[in-house]
Amino acid sequence: MSDATGPDQFTGATPDNAIRNAERSDGPMLAADGRPLKRSLARALRAQKMRALMLIAPLLVFILVTFIAPIVDMLFRSVENQIVSETLPRTVVALEEWDPSDVPDNATFAALAYDFMAAAERREHTRLGSRLNYETTGISSLFRQTGRSVDDVGEEYAEQFIALNAAWEEPETWATLMGAASWVEENSGEVEGAGTLFQLSPTARDAFPEAADAYRSFARTIQSEDDDSPMAEEPWNTVYLALYRDLSAGYATEYDGPMAELIAEAIPAVADFEGMTPREAFEAIDEEWMNLQIWGTIEAFSDPFTAGYFLTSVDLQLTPQGVEQQPEEQRIYRLLFWRTLFMSGVITISCILLAYPIAYLLSNLPTRSSNLLLILVLLPFWTSLLVRTSAWKVLLQQQGVINDILVWIGLVADDARLALINNQLGTIIAMTHILLPFMILPMFSVMKTIPPSYVRAAKSLGATNWTAFWRVYFPQSIPGIGAGCILVFILAIGYYITPELVGGRTGTFISNRIAFHISSSLNWGLAAALGSILLAVVLILYWLYDRIVGIDNVKLG
Amino acid sequence: MKLKSLMLLTTGAALAVTSAHAQEMADSMTLVSWGGAYQTSQQRAYSEPYAEMNEGLEIIWDESSPEAVARMRAMDEAGNVTWDVVDVVASDAIRLCDEGLAMEIDHDEMLAPGDDGSTPTEDFGDLIVSDCFIPQIVYSTTAGYRTDVEEWNGNTPSDICAIFDLENFPGQRTLERRPINNLEWALLCSGVAMEDLYDTLETEEGIEQAFAMLDTIRDETIWWNSAAEAIQALADGEAVIGSTYNGRLFSAIEEQDQPIAMLWDAQVFDLDGWVIPEGLPEDRLARAMDFIYFATDTQRLADQAAYISYGPARASSAPLVGTHADLGIEMAPHMPTDPANAERTILFNYLWWADYRDDLDARFQAWLAQ
Repeated sequence: MSDATGPDQFTGATPDNAIRNAERSDGPMLAADGRPLKRSLARALRAQKMRALMLIAPLLVFILVTFIAPIVDMLFRSVENQIVSETLPRTVVALEEWDPSDVPDNATFAALAYDFMAAAERREHTRLGSRLNYETTGISSLFRQTGRSVDDVGEEYAEQFIALNAAWEEPETWATLMGAASWVEENSGEVEGAGTLFQLSPTARDAFPEAADAYRSFARTIQSEDDDSPMAEEPWNTVYLALYRDLSAGYATEYDGPMAELIAEAIPAVADFEGMTPREAFEAIDEEWMNLQIWGTIEAFSDPFTAGYFLTSVDLQLTPQGVEQQPEEQRIYRLLFWRTLFMSGVITISCILLAYPIAYLLSNLPTRSSNLLLILVLLPFWTSLLVRTSAWKVLLQQQGVINDILVWIGLVADDARLALINNQLGTIIAMTHILLPFMILPMFSVMKTIPPSYVRAAKSLGATNWTAFWRVYFPQSIPGIGAGCILVFILAIGYYITPELVGGRTGTFISNRIAFHISSSLNWGLAAALGSILLAVVLILYWLYDRIVGIDNVKLG
Repeated sequence: MKLKSLMLLTTGAALAVTSAHAQEMADSMTLVSWGGAYQTSQQRAYSEPYAEMNEGLEIIWDESSPEAVARMRAMDEAGNVTWDVVDVVASDAIRLCDEGLAMEIDHDEMLAPGDDGSTPTEDFGDLIVSDCFIPQIVYSTTAGYRTDVEEWNGNTPSDICAIFDLENFPGQRTLERRPINNLEWALLCSGVAMEDLYDTLETEEGIEQAFAMLDTIRDETIWWNSAAEAIQALADGEAVIGSTYNGRLFSAIEEQDQPIAMLWDAQVFDLDGWVIPEGLPEDRLARAMDFIYFATDTQRLADQAAYISYGPARASSAPLVGTHADLGIEMAPHMPTDPANAERTILFNYLWWADYRDDLDARFQAWLAQ
């Protein structure tokens, strides 16, 4: 706008003024009324957006709950590993200082005793045992065995404390010694059930670091598990062990809280106490506790999150020495991933080869006959998957229909019947048949829209039948092939029941392993990791497909 | 395919016995089992008489035992346990107990004493393999073979090693697609003594020896996932010899008249029984315990044997086993525990397999896939 046009006669909110305002200022573009354009546009749209959002809200919530949330949960499970640090919290901390070339020290074994005792009471040790057994064979029975005997650890110290003074046998002695004053007051006398949640006294925590911790763990465990009050239950032997360790380490020399005279009596006496060190006690339970591999596994999986499942999914393993290959005879997942991809590819290609002529025929026949053919395509589609798979079994097996016919017409000798099932070929045949409609239908719907006049025009210009098809018809049918390929390939890659039934030894997919880990071995973390990898592979392939073919070129109808 | 059969069993007989706790017990109960002939035998021997005694009780059967462990873990995580009594194999019971998903049982307190006066722990004996497990039947994984194979020239297999003998007994085999049982048989047939099986399997050489034996038949074998596949392969003549559960073989041989014979040698004993999920509300727990008390007494366990050829888990039930309810044949000779059948047996070593299963399974599947 130049000066030559003269000043505008109008003032206030006019479009012209708005444009002028916008050009004058360096700030955001303003609306006619002087507010920033962005904001007033947003305000106008907000109401509309809200209404739209309300309309789709049910679907959005449905997708979030039933689709996104399970996927997020699966991704989380594949790295989650809190069970080790939750079940053995003290041991995990003690192991941070551990030198992996030697069996851990007594402090670590004492921590293990406190952790294990509480875990065994809460029946969590076997769960952890089976978790760690995925990594190192033998931990499951080691933990089960230890759970049975761990309440003996520290028994000798308990006996010696009690021999020193019978008061140590009284639950109330311990509760008064360890409990916060207010808690003791609330819970003394006749208490129904567990009483209020145990509170540790700060004095005791400072004076007996290990024993106070062990006692709190004891008190809270019996309260929650057995509904007993610490006022009425003698502590576990491990608590006596902890007190012995505290007193021998020179703690509590100046202790003057409740039961101070008992402690004063015990301090000089503990020097003469005899008994096994925690390490010896665990060695007596099971010599496997001296095995560095066990400790290495606990240490390697002590973080709350682990890459272990993902490593196992690609035939690697996490060891104390770092990431290593699995032993050769146990490598299976890379092979299965590769096989799943390869066979899904073969199935997709055989679907294209079979579906293309059918779709072509369907789209070029008169409506009446093409409808009949379409029903023939859809009929198996509507039949139960299991029935179709079992039917293939009857047809393909060595004493089956196809082999019988081949023998009967003399193409195959009776003692050399073809192996058509319980191998890769069986999976490919059955899955090609099962997935064929997913290829035919998109192809058909795209071919329906190709005007026949194009091919006729090409022919009238002198093209041969082949050239007319290849140069004119085929390129127009590619979006249908693209859509069919995506459908068939993605369905095939996650297929489970058909490979399970007809795949035999060499024709099973990764999904069969995932199902095994979900329902049989209960290794859900590994199943989640395998599933996540499968998801990632599909997404990468989809992205590649988009780059090469272009997702806009895909038509479903 | 979650087949849930819902049975309303309301019209009870007049002799309904109301126990002292009847008022506090839930009036519906979900039992979980394996479906098929086995579940039918449980319905006829346990739940139908029980429903007659308890008027107005609704019994729901769920055929989910094959995935019971996974489902119970999922229910536990969701905090909503809908099952009351679950039928599982012993190894699953151990796993459920380890995971804290099944309730610990005091067998002497909670179960009926034996008819011969023995306590439940004496009566069940070694079969109580886990604190959470209430044994019900003894079954076995054993071999069967076709009796009409021409290439065998009239020979019939006399021991388990016929499975590995392609020279005298040519044809396809069918074996379960997991290491358990197969490794034991392979070792046994490569010359390891019965009592050394598991010690040998703990060594690398032992494992290699077992796999080397299996190598000889790997490509000649149809590896099955469900026992029905093995029976189907034998019945169709796809396989000439193979392993499956003895009850399935019994039904193929006696009920369907297939040309198949049992090969009891080196059968592997396994157990099946009940577990009760952890954390049931009081009324449902009372109902579950009441049902368990009834369904695992001496007479009921013996009754079940009239419908299926699995041995009752109580020693005191053995003398009471009679004839098949429909065929009228004596059931005792068809029991895996019958002395004539049990000359050489392997007792499934649960605790050993709980430790070694993950590694050996990975190795077995890798071996199969290559």
